[in-house]
Amino acid sequence: MSGAAHIASTPGTVISKLPPIAETALASMVLVIVGTIYLAATIGRGPSLAIPVGLDVLAALLLVGAAIVTSRIEDFAWRIFFVVARWAFLGYLVIAGMIAFVFVRDSTPSAQLATLTAGLALFVLDVTLILAFSVARYQPADA
Amino acid sequence: MTEVAARPAAPLPHGQAPARPLPPATIVPLQGLPIVGAVVVFLVVALAGNWLWALGFSHVVGGALWTGVDLFVGFVVGPIMGRMSIPARAEFSARFMPVMLLLMPTLVTMTLAPGFQLARHLGYLEPGYAHHAWLVASFIVVGVMATIAIGILEPANLAVLFELRKPQPNGELIAKLMRRFIYTAGITGAMQVATLIIMTYIATH
Repeated sequence: MSGAAHIASTPGTVISKLPPIAETALASMVLVIVGTIYLAATIGRGPSLAIPVGLDVLAALLLVGAAIVTSRIEDFAWRIFFVVARWAFLGYLVIAGMIAFVFVRDSTPSAQLATLTAGLALFVLDVTLILAFSVARYQPADA
Repeated sequence: MTEVAARPAAPLPHGQAPARPLPPATIVPLQGLPIVGAVVVFLVVALAGNWLWALGFSHVVGGALWTGVDLFVGFVVGPIMGRMSIPARAEFSARFMPVMLLLMPTLVTMTLAPGFQLARHLGYLEPGYAHHAWLVASFIVVGVMATIAIGILEPANLAVLFELRKPQPNGELIAKLMRRFIYTAGITGAMQVATLIIMTYIATH
């Protein structure tokens, strides 16, 4: 975001008015969680995939939107952003991998498995963006 | 694990004002990673082998610790921290937060992955299961807790740790983020009570 307005600062701390990126990514994550709960709740009765797929598509759009807005921020602590993003991605990839492993191990039907895996992938990316942005926003921008 | 996360404070000469809390040497307490790795290996073995005892052990132990830690932080540590001075809070956070950063995701994974497999193995996910609605309620409670924990609690935790590493940390920001952390820990703690009710109901009916 060009022209991020600095509304308060002390030495070494920057609190800028930035677009609601974490909130958007959180909304995306909520959509994924709702879709996954629906799928898990109806897994034994051959659920319609329309609802979880629709929610995943909406979640993906929100995530892409948040990522695009993030990429356009000019004065930002990109180094810290990517440090946090790398570790968060790694950590949550392990968690999502475990859950995906359970689905595979339990012979979840392929269409449901694909939907759940897509949801998990979105979840990992949402968490990565939320954590990285939430930390970087309070850090001084890269020189 | 606590000691590795924060550098020990040097003793102060008599009459000298206390220095600001020392920041953690690393954000993630690296010496705790082998323990997390061991837990992950145990989980993979339990899941791959469909090892019922290990799945039950992991689910019960992980869930009990997750619930206990949430309740303890939300209702015991939180109010105590709320009455501490900002430097004291910052010093406590420097030692406490890195531990939480490793502990909580590990406990959540220990609980959820085997929990889903147990539910499937024991037929709880079948639509004909008498208490299926209770199970779905537990999914919803976990979903809400995950949203709060990942969306609000953990970002606040991380932001505090990074703030503490600055040459001049912003005490007000740390206090604000810590309040957020404590309140959300309290909310998830309260929701854990709902989980306890649901799980004990399912186990006894």
